[in-house]
Amino acid sequence: MTITNPAVTPATVTQPATTGRKRPNPIKRFWPQYVSIAPFYVLFLVFGLFPLVFSIWLSFNDWDGMGSMNFVGLAQYRFLITDPRFWNAVGNTFIIWFISTIPMLFLALVIAFLLHQNIRFKGFYRVAFFLPNVTSMVAMAIVFGSVFSDSFGVINSALQALGAAQIPWLSSPWGIKVTIACMVIWRWTGYNSIIYLAGLQAISTELYESARVDGANGWNIFSRITVPMLRPVILFTVITSTIGGLSLFTEPQVLLGDSGGPGEAGMTIVLYQYNQAFTQFDFGYGSAIAWALFIIAVIFAIINWRLVSEREVGGQKVFKVRRQRKEVAE
Amino acid sequence: MTATLDSGTTRLADPTGSSANALARRRSLVTRIVTHICIVIGVLFSIFPFYWLLVMSTHNTAEIFGYPPKLWFGSDFATNIKNVVQSVALFRSLLNTFLVAASVAILVMFFDSLAAYAFGKYNFPAKNVLFTILLATFLVPGSLSLVPSFVLMSWLGWIGNFAALIVPGAANAFGIFLLRQFAQTSIPDELVESARVDGAGFFRTWWSIAVPMMRGGIAFLGIFTFIASWNDYVWPLIVLVDPKRLTLQVALSTLNSIYRTDYGMVMAGAVISVVPLIGIFIIGSRHFIANIAAGALKG
Repeated sequence: MTITNPAVTPATVTQPATTGRKRPNPIKRFWPQYVSIAPFYVLFLVFGLFPLVFSIWLSFNDWDGMGSMNFVGLAQYRFLITDPRFWNAVGNTFIIWFISTIPMLFLALVIAFLLHQNIRFKGFYRVAFFLPNVTSMVAMAIVFGSVFSDSFGVINSALQALGAAQIPWLSSPWGIKVTIACMVIWRWTGYNSIIYLAGLQAISTELYESARVDGANGWNIFSRITVPMLRPVILFTVITSTIGGLSLFTEPQVLLGDSGGPGEAGMTIVLYQYNQAFTQFDFGYGSAIAWALFIIAVIFAIINWRLVSEREVGGQKVFKVRRQRKEVAE
Repeated sequence: MTATLDSGTTRLADPTGSSANALARRRSLVTRIVTHICIVIGVLFSIFPFYWLLVMSTHNTAEIFGYPPKLWFGSDFATNIKNVVQSVALFRSLLNTFLVAASVAILVMFFDSLAAYAFGKYNFPAKNVLFTILLATFLVPGSLSLVPSFVLMSWLGWIGNFAALIVPGAANAFGIFLLRQFAQTSIPDELVESARVDGAGFFRTWWSIAVPMMRGGIAFLGIFTFIASWNDYVWPLIVLVDPKRLTLQVALSTLNSIYRTDYGMVMAGAVISVVPLIGIFIIGSRHFIANIAAGALKG
């Protein structure tokens, strides 16, 4: 990020940093710039960094938010490791993440390919697919609750009309997870397909043409050019959906309430944190859950990073092959 | 998937007889129709919940619970709205939400464009270190600090106060990062320089040169922030405790949990919370979608 700065900013505008450094007080000289960027750092210190540090302290204490804090050391974490409700929430979060992310990214890729064809009404289609993403999830969780309702939902009514057995969407463990996954898929497929579409449009048509000249067929082009070129974009969407999936809250909370529905089948990690901190007023345990979530997120980030570095090696190979091909073509 | 594109390039690269050409053209017509059908099916799934929301908001509860389900609009919308207004301070919440979202958006546009202009167009000591710190703050997950942030707000006396929603979000790393790119690419150095020679200071050039030149990016950031703030749920749910001072999302969730059985009414409330935002999105949609995609590719 920072490499671009010297190149982009010419000496004329900038009053080079070297002369600034020679002067006794650069702050006097550049005070408008420092004043301009200060609000962000002040806000981050107060509302970002301080709570972060403070939550470590909270997680070593037993506190209901009103009385005095009791330092308990690692007791909250010791309890967390043996807490079946926490592990149930972890399991639910992963299952919902898994059954929503895979269909979502696949569908998004398909939609992006379809939209990438030279077709009419592209603008309208893009707006229609993106619309769910800007909509309030509270309102839509209520709508999904009625669509999937056990007794009067339109899906069960359709099943009944077809003579099939009705499914207890909102009272069985798997029904609940599928319903939540459907909400996630509905909301984020369009967003991801717009990003894939931008990625597809960024691939130069010359690449396709030179591959054509070399006699590559459709499948070869797809697997050797399209997928490797899209890889960074796909990775971006995997990372964002992982972060989103781990912090799932609104959908289960509005659909099923603070306790995650029958048998806590819709309890996610963040909902459990909210439940413990703001309905049971166990601030210490709530903070410990938050840090456990952070550790899980870090493990995920490491896995992602591993995948990136492996894939980058693969990508370079493809790139080399392609360059050789181009040279041959020339 | 790439069939249409293929046929085009085939013709370019490999000019065969006219019969093969006609065959290719017919095949491309078929693929185009199939493509449209597939897309329209996807669009229907995407639009259906909105349609369903509108249909249910126009029926009374007895009709909603009946079998077969009502698939077309009823006539009870006005009654449902009246019931909502009697149950929660809906229009008050609507006004609150609008004011909060607009305040956050205006503050973000102001602070982020200033910071982005400073980062994008000037060199000053410690700039690179400061910008790296800014990028690092992206990594701090928000849900990690719900509890300590709540405690902080209670120390500040901001529980139940809209300041708790507005102040922490008044400047953000995402907006500064985004606008910095606009500043670097769309503000000509000569213009800033000539204004400086004429005696204009930093803030003067920001207001009369940078802001007009970055207006596309600033407008996008404003709409994006407004929508995000409008839809924000977890944080308002935690800090807003006074039933008279709620935002729309929290009011709607309260309505849903108390009057779970009166679906028509809850749906009418949901319509009020969804429709204004869709209007705003559709007005700026073209620009908005392009910027979302561009942001993802750069990041």
